[in-house]
Amino acid sequence: MKHEKFERNSILLLVGILIVVAIGGAVEIAPLFWVNGTIEKIAGMRPYTPLELEGQKIYVSEGCNVCHSQMIRSLRDEVERYGHYSLAAESMYDHPFLWGSERTGPDLARVGGKYSDQWHLAHLADPRSVVPESIMPPYIHLEETDLDYSDIKEMLEASRDVGVPYTDEQVAHAREDLEAQVNPDGDGVDGLKARYGAKVSVRDFAGQPGRITKADALIAYLQMLGTLVDFKTYQAHAPENRR
Amino acid sequence: MQTAASEASASWRIDLFVLPLILGLGWLAGILEAARSPDPAMAIQGWTFAACMMGIGVWYLWSYAGRTPADERTPYANDVVKAGVIASMFWAVAGMAVGLILALQLSFPHWFYFPDVPWTNFGRLRPLHTSAVIFAFGGNVLIATSFYVVQRTSRARLWGGSLPWFVFWGYNTFIVLAGTGYLLGITQSKEYAEPEWYADIWLTLVWVCYLLTFLGTIIKRREPHIYVANWFYLSFIVTIAMLHIVNNLSWPVSLLESQSYSLFSGVQSALTQWWYGHNAVGFFLTAGFLGIMYYFIPKRAERPIYSYRLSIVHFWSLIFIYIWAGPHHLLYTALPEWAQTLGMTFSVILWMPSWGGMINGLMTLSGAWDKLRTDPVLRMLVVSVAFYGMSTFEGPVMSVKTVNALSHYTNWTIGHVHSGALGWVAYVSFGAIYCLVPWLWGKKTLYSNALVEWHFWISTLGIVLYITSMWVAGIMQGLMWRAYNEFGFLEYSFAEAVQAMHPYYIIRAIGGGLFLAGVLIMVFNLWKTVRQGAPAAAAAALVPEAAE
Repeated sequence: MKHEKFERNSILLLVGILIVVAIGGAVEIAPLFWVNGTIEKIAGMRPYTPLELEGQKIYVSEGCNVCHSQMIRSLRDEVERYGHYSLAAESMYDHPFLWGSERTGPDLARVGGKYSDQWHLAHLADPRSVVPESIMPPYIHLEETDLDYSDIKEMLEASRDVGVPYTDEQVAHAREDLEAQVNPDGDGVDGLKARYGAKVSVRDFAGQPGRITKADALIAYLQMLGTLVDFKTYQAHAPENRR
Repeated sequence: MQTAASEASASWRIDLFVLPLILGLGWLAGILEAARSPDPAMAIQGWTFAACMMGIGVWYLWSYAGRTPADERTPYANDVVKAGVIASMFWAVAGMAVGLILALQLSFPHWFYFPDVPWTNFGRLRPLHTSAVIFAFGGNVLIATSFYVVQRTSRARLWGGSLPWFVFWGYNTFIVLAGTGYLLGITQSKEYAEPEWYADIWLTLVWVCYLLTFLGTIIKRREPHIYVANWFYLSFIVTIAMLHIVNNLSWPVSLLESQSYSLFSGVQSALTQWWYGHNAVGFFLTAGFLGIMYYFIPKRAERPIYSYRLSIVHFWSLIFIYIWAGPHHLLYTALPEWAQTLGMTFSVILWMPSWGGMINGLMTLSGAWDKLRTDPVLRMLVVSVAFYGMSTFEGPVMSVKTVNALSHYTNWTIGHVHSGALGWVAYVSFGAIYCLVPWLWGKKTLYSNALVEWHFWISTLGIVLYITSMWVAGIMQGLMWRAYNEFGFLEYSFAEAVQAMHPYYIIRAIGGGLFLAGVLIMVFNLWKTVRQGAPAAAAAALVPEAAE
């Protein structure tokens, strides 16, 4: 076919461009939604608790993902530095993914449990007080600002609408569960653990009793990162996990 | 068949009805958000949007109430192009200044972070920088130049009456909404797709209007062939529409809240995002700017394009192959291996069509190379193509898995991006704007060619400092992360690698500062060009080749 046809007919040119640019994406992306092996079936993954979900919102809002990745690549040094390489399943409830593209700061995919809550609090308030070489900005305002969780139920519902398997019960108790997670002596702890599993960390993360701040939510989120999958039982070389 | 005047008046009334109606509805939506949203940040966004709608509405009244603007009676619409040029330069200064602040923050965290002003933290300013330079500066350059080029090469006035103006104002409203949103902490987190759902919907509407204007102008052209620059502009507009819509599919928490959840999660979301992100580079920052190259270099060099056949081959292969290259942002991650391999393979293949474009641009200078000595504007355009060639070679290299294992997550990526962004995108834009300003404002020459020389050399030095420091920093970072000591343990802590970056961050900031200084010189030169009287003798004396 002579190229002249495209040069003389603007609609033909438009349609030609559309077809040509649609192919690559269709071939690469579409199968990911159907191919069985895209995401491993592993035990331990659960939707985020309401407090963790609020923490993730702060993580996104402050742009933490700009400098911190959450994706440990399958390379020897990364696995030794950060822990087991990240599985696709570990970000299956992240809408969108937060893998990041830069490590101006270290990877956070498995930061959960590596440092104490107090360390996180001090580090967020003034990073250079605990890591002198750090170039991270200070986030003192997080512990000074009350968390506004008036819309937590809507957040769970919207997450469910895009595919996160929150149950009716989890949605209905979103507010209590959020408050329960920072109040280990309260009545709500059993309900929270019944709905999200016994492993859920319940404590006063930011150390200000009777108050739920943005720091509580963010630290709860960070302390959960990478802790859901039990890698003592995960068999990377089992046939069903090889892709 | 019909005169240009009757054509204009036919679409005239419809656009003056529909577009103000959209503005009115937009204003109403903004006021409703402002009044009803429980989220203070969203309320501010509502006010901002309503103010923009009202501002554009006032502009419409001022321009069209009871009269036809003088610019609508000329064969080509020039005023909207002028507005685009002014907006481009404004956003260039703003976006690069934010970039400099970011560079200084990483160099001197003690001085440039303010605990009491958390909205100036790196995480919020970074998307402001990237959006301001890519979408605000680059986008306005693309809108302005595409409007200019499509009219000349089609010998037709822009289609749609006031529609081009709506595109210009609407697009800049999107920029304001996005930029202020980042400072308020509103972001989707996806790189180069940070604006939230309502801003995305607005951009979609504006973009459809952009496509209509551009395509409408091509359809009513009075040239038998569609010029090659317009193929590139058209592919840029159409593909960006596709990428923008698919990647931003999301579900708002409520219509009164800024936050939304992406329809895709985890690995699917990652690949969709980098399909988008890589092709924002491929179509926004490459195809669109190749459109500029294909008009302004032949025009300025007064030579025809080197090869018609090469332009066909490289156009279709470029747009076909670019789309596949996204997975190279996700090598060694949890993305399935087959997708990684496809991404890497196509990235390496992409080298060829990229260099096809470079060769076509550079060889257009055949027989006119001597002009590089005397015309700094042409030199800027040509050097931009050389930088294009360099960074489109570097890109495929970095997408090879073994190289990527070292380079990913490091400052090498930042260096690579800036060799393309400063060397290619910004330089080709500067070259085009240096051409456009005298043409649009009816001046014989620029105010000062000597100042263009200063701009060229200062900013070239800036680019060299920027990219070399980031290469060294990135490779050093990658090597430190993977270094083992004699006992088989990792040699360095992460913090030691951060500390090692310090001198390179400072050099980078100096490079960025020089580049910004060059832009300020340019703004001054353009300002004096516009303000100078009819081709003044004094100005002409400063221009060597004017004497020839």
